[in-house]
Amino acid sequence: MSQASSPTVPVVASKNQKNRGGETLENPKFIPNHSGRRMREYAFRAVIVSATLAALFILIVLTVNVFKQGLPWLDQQFLTSFPSRFPERAGIKSAIWGSVWLGGFTLLFSVFFGVGAALYLEELAPKNRINRILEVNISTLAGVPSIIYGMLGLTLFVRIMAFERSVLAGGLTLSLLIMPVIIIATREALKCVPDDIRLGAAALGATKWQAVRDHVLPAAMPGVLTGIILAMARAVGEAAPLIMIGALSYVAFVPESAFDAFTALPIQIFNWTSRPKEEFHALAAAGIIVLLGFLLVCNSIAILLRLKWKDHRR
Amino acid sequence: MSSEYVLETKDLSLSYGDNQVVNNVSVGFKEKAVTALIGPSGCGKSTLLRTFNRMNDFIDVFSHSGEVLFRGKDIYNSPLDVTDFRRNVGMVFQKPNPFSSSIKKNITWGPKINGYQGDFDELVETSLKKASLWNEVKDKLNSSGLDLSGGQQQRLCIARAIAMDPSVILMDEPCSALDPQSTAAIEKLITELQENYTIIIVTHNMQQAARISEDTAFMYEGDLVEVGETSQLFSSPEHKLTQDYIGGRFG
Ligand SMILES: Nc1ncnc2c1ncn2[C@@H]1O[C@H](COP(=O)(O)OP(=O)(O)O)[C@@H](O)[C@H]1O
Ligand SMILES: [Mg+2]
Repeated sequence: MSQASSPTVPVVASKNQKNRGGETLENPKFIPNHSGRRMREYAFRAVIVSATLAALFILIVLTVNVFKQGLPWLDQQFLTSFPSRFPERAGIKSAIWGSVWLGGFTLLFSVFFGVGAALYLEELAPKNRINRILEVNISTLAGVPSIIYGMLGLTLFVRIMAFERSVLAGGLTLSLLIMPVIIIATREALKCVPDDIRLGAAALGATKWQAVRDHVLPAAMPGVLTGIILAMARAVGEAAPLIMIGALSYVAFVPESAFDAFTALPIQIFNWTSRPKEEFHALAAAGIIVLLGFLLVCNSIAILLRLKWKDHRR
Repeated sequence: MSSEYVLETKDLSLSYGDNQVVNNVSVGFKEKAVTALIGPSGCGKSTLLRTFNRMNDFIDVFSHSGEVLFRGKDIYNSPLDVTDFRRNVGMVFQKPNPFSSSIKKNITWGPKINGYQGDFDELVETSLKKASLWNEVKDKLNSSGLDLSGGQQQRLCIARAIAMDPSVILMDEPCSALDPQSTAAIEKLITELQENYTIIIVTHNMQQAARISEDTAFMYEGDLVEVGETSQLFSSPEHKLTQDYIGGRFG
């Protein structure tokens, strides 16, 4: 108080900012320590920038490497042929179609059951002890190694339900694998929807389900879609659980029904990398490019859906 | 006696867990009139208001004793469908909360899910007109409700409530998030609406209560201290507490 009223020199703002010495200006109650703060700021920035660059660098090296090896092999013949003992005749057709079938089934089951479970737990279920225990368990399931899901799939879908080594059994297994991720992502997205919306809907005489269907879920949709994309990307790249349930690595046909045997991109890639012949490693690289393209297409579709969704809701 | 009131409470006590926040309140609300609920923050106004359309049902720890009568029927104990009942009692919230869909869908959604049989375009127009919003939005009915200003959003929420053809409209500090101009617009609207609707409005603004309400109920720490005609209550309050509160000595 008394400080302010005493006739101090009017301080010009621009001068203020230039002051790097850390000397106090007009108020001795504050010691801003400009130089120290600025240094820590620079240090912090240096750390996060180098972290970003390191990640980027590794990614670029990997990608360049893969493209350099695989691109020469990536041609019409490669995309439309079945696997072969002779590298120049080998192709990835059965793996592509296997992955498409797998992806379709996985998407279908995991979204239906995953989003459904999340909606139930978050919006409809009473908030009691049992549900809290369930919640913790689902989070834990997200961290279980994928090979375990393979074993579960083998027992449950291949043996007990007798789907054999079919693409349906594969899709169901992968659904189990990614369902926890989808449930968690969906619940987080639902939690971010303000209660205002639910109450506003309820005040108009809506049931919980009507409010969720028309307002809460649409509002959460971007988050839900992001969760689905991340989960699907993981599913499409998984080899271990599929090998566990007995997916074949030499398949000279395209699955034509849910009960056909199948192979998938990561299995094919894995198979090629484990062969001694150098050319097969290049084929694996070409396969990786196809897998990357596959993921890119999936993500683009999801982004398009998301944009469409926004327009549609008007 | 009960026919005089649309809505009435008898010995109503409301609790969150072990914490009773409204104590033995008996009060009636006249048909086609504005009743203001005033009182210092935390005295239980919102809690009381939310029992009138059973919005407290969403709070797990909430419990009540006593009766809330809507046209003579206890809304907590008669075998009525809560969602059906809520259609009769509209609510406008403190913070405008339009749906993130178009202005038109904001209006039609409630009637649609409740099986409205009339013409929806007509409903949109009449509801918006009743909420004094039609002229401002008639050319952009398909743009998002969230693109409107705060005051317009709140009027949209009122229109949305009106579209359900309720007999009672509850408002919980509907102007507290608005600028003076929008507040004036809403106040004017409320005085227009009282010709057709029973309005119960919670407000912390005593001038507002004095301006727009016919009756006023003053609450203090969960008790209903005094209720009566607004002019009466403001000019010659019976209780010292009321006098102190409207005299600005606390709250
Ligand atoms: N959801 C809730 N859970 C527990 N206590 C609550 C809840 N809502 C309000 N309360 C308590 O009830 C009392 C009355 O609150 P409220 O009805 O919101 O008062 P007002 O609207 O008059 O400011 C306050 O003490 C508040 O802390
Ligand atoms: Mg309140």
